[in-house]
Amino acid sequence: MAEVTYLEGIRQAMLEEMERDPNVFLMGEDIGAYGGAFKATEGLLEKFGESRVIDTPISEAGFVGAAAGAAHMGMRPVVEMQFIDFISCAYDMLTNYVATARYRAFLPCPMVVRGPSGGYVRGGPFHSQNPEAAFLHTPGLKIVYPSSAADAKGLLKSAIRDEDCVLFFEHKYLYRRIKEEMPQGDHLVPIGQAKVVRPGKHLSIVTYAATVWKSLEAAEQLAKEDGIEVEVLDLRSLLPMDEEAIVATVKKTNRVLVVHEDTVTGGIAGEITAKINELCFEWLDAPVRRVAAHDIPLPYAPPLEDFVLPQTSDIVRAARWVASY
Amino acid sequence: MTPTSSPAKAAKTPPAGLSRDQLLELYYWMRLTRTLEERLVALYRQTKVVGGLFRSLGQEADAVGSAFALDKQAGDILSPLIRNLGSMLVRGATPVEVLKQYMAKGDSPTRGRELNIHFGGPERGFIGQISHLGDMVPVMAGVTLTFKLRKEKKVGLVYVGDGATSTGAFHEGLNFAAVQQCPLVCIVENNKYAYSTPTRKMTAAKRFMDKAIGYGIPGVEADGNDVLAVYEVTKAAVERARQGGGPTLVELHTFRRKGHAEHDNQSYVKPGEIEEWAEKNDPLDRSIKTLTTDYGFALDQLTAIDAKVVAEVDAATDEAEKSGPPEPRDALKGIYADPAEAEVLWYREGVRSAVDKNERAQGWGTYNG
Repeated sequence: MAEVTYLEGIRQAMLEEMERDPNVFLMGEDIGAYGGAFKATEGLLEKFGESRVIDTPISEAGFVGAAAGAAHMGMRPVVEMQFIDFISCAYDMLTNYVATARYRAFLPCPMVVRGPSGGYVRGGPFHSQNPEAAFLHTPGLKIVYPSSAADAKGLLKSAIRDEDCVLFFEHKYLYRRIKEEMPQGDHLVPIGQAKVVRPGKHLSIVTYAATVWKSLEAAEQLAKEDGIEVEVLDLRSLLPMDEEAIVATVKKTNRVLVVHEDTVTGGIAGEITAKINELCFEWLDAPVRRVAAHDIPLPYAPPLEDFVLPQTSDIVRAARWVASY
Repeated sequence: MTPTSSPAKAAKTPPAGLSRDQLLELYYWMRLTRTLEERLVALYRQTKVVGGLFRSLGQEADAVGSAFALDKQAGDILSPLIRNLGSMLVRGATPVEVLKQYMAKGDSPTRGRELNIHFGGPERGFIGQISHLGDMVPVMAGVTLTFKLRKEKKVGLVYVGDGATSTGAFHEGLNFAAVQQCPLVCIVENNKYAYSTPTRKMTAAKRFMDKAIGYGIPGVEADGNDVLAVYEVTKAAVERARQGGGPTLVELHTFRRKGHAEHDNQSYVKPGEIEEWAEKNDPLDRSIKTLTTDYGFALDQLTAIDAKVVAEVDAATDEAEKSGPPEPRDALKGIYADPAEAEVLWYREGVRSAVDKNERAQGWGTYNG
């Protein structure tokens, strides 16, 4: 069986869900004839026609709001942000209108907002963002950010079937770099479940998205050079977050490093650290530390971007600190 | 609900296919709106209204006439603004619901979660607004996009004020609806003030209807205090949308005779302006005059409606006052379909904390497995 990329996993998820449910339809900029800026919707216009693959005006607030209205009526809209950086243009619609709809008015709003996120790609300040933390603080939304092709597919299918709005972050660095054999059949990955992607006993790294792969690289190096066996926990879903899996790994290794690509201040690592403190402080043998990006708008030039973003060597250095505390 | 009327001699034929009974029905909804709001003012002064109170005094015709142009049987849907209590009543909201909602009762339409007239659902023919002005335009674009995709002959109607036309959401939503040719009617209620800001500080355009040109859709206008003119202009736009003609922008000229909310003393309004509108251009006074002069109704037919409305509002008030406040823990329910209820924070549970749950049984030390 041929291996499937992260990007193709996403395309397959949309295709299969559109075949399964006539209420599923797509909206976004340049997603039709062009197939999307990254080709995530390639071939879907030809297959499903203009009424189910809708090219929109450049108006994120407009089509996210329209998705909400359609969702109230029983449709299952999946909207693409050409780059996830532009989701800020729909921030009001998502946080004020969509996230509150079920609670304040008993209006269901089953919809997915998905798009290419993240750096390491020389995209500069407006094509590299990781804005997931901006939405973690909004009750009513769900947030998913997969690191593997199978998870990307299985989680997107679950997101489309979810009864609430799911923000689906896709890491563009992983789009064509990650390949794996895709599970057969109707492959669903439940939202809200983390996954141990490398077992270990001396130290846990809690992470998600592209830094899962950097953490795995660091774990390999630490095993070889230091004999430290690192457990890597891929959160996969950020809201809801799998607290049980976090507590389990803390109880197992007693030392935790939290890693993400987003900037450090106000980032999700702070929330994870607070959860560990509240849930299982007595199981810790060392302070929880964070590895994340510097608090800088992401610069374009390779030496600048590489300096600002967390690298494998940073994770190795921080892990040694936590392990030897 | 209204007394059947027999045509009097030399009475004019009602416009736009309205029956004589429907003329009285329009009067009934306007009177109900005004009387219900007057009752809310009394309750507000008795501190029984928990939050702010928003009046539509002087704008009853624009709300009622436009909502009346939609078809209940067809499944048309509107999204009201804060001055559209009348629109919601026409579509089936009841006085007791509105009273309970304002008084934050546990069995109010939103179980105490939302304020004033922020409630509704597609199945009821009206979808509740949020406070962020203009946001309902994209939402209603999506509701009507669904009508189009499903090939249903339904129409949506969304209200914005003169102020909301300045928002990005208004522009993005109307542009989207125009491009997609959604069956959506957008009504701009030009009531001359957005809170304290006059229209000349809101736009350099001479007329709001002219904004339609930029979207490639028709723009029309009407006297918003003439309920029949409002009905006629809206009905034409609704039927155009129903036949696949796409959106229309309708500007209704009216005047907000009360402040933004009850606390607002309107110090920014030119002296005499409110009084002039009240004396010469009150939609209910004008309706009474038209019904008695042009359509041959007797005044006591209208006063009978007034009395019926007072009785209805009295009964609704008695019923609404009987209800109690919501149970505090109901606050945790229904933010998501799954989980259906949020967890209560540990310090509300008593002394047993989340830390206790994961207390380390074997004491301090490193992992030994």
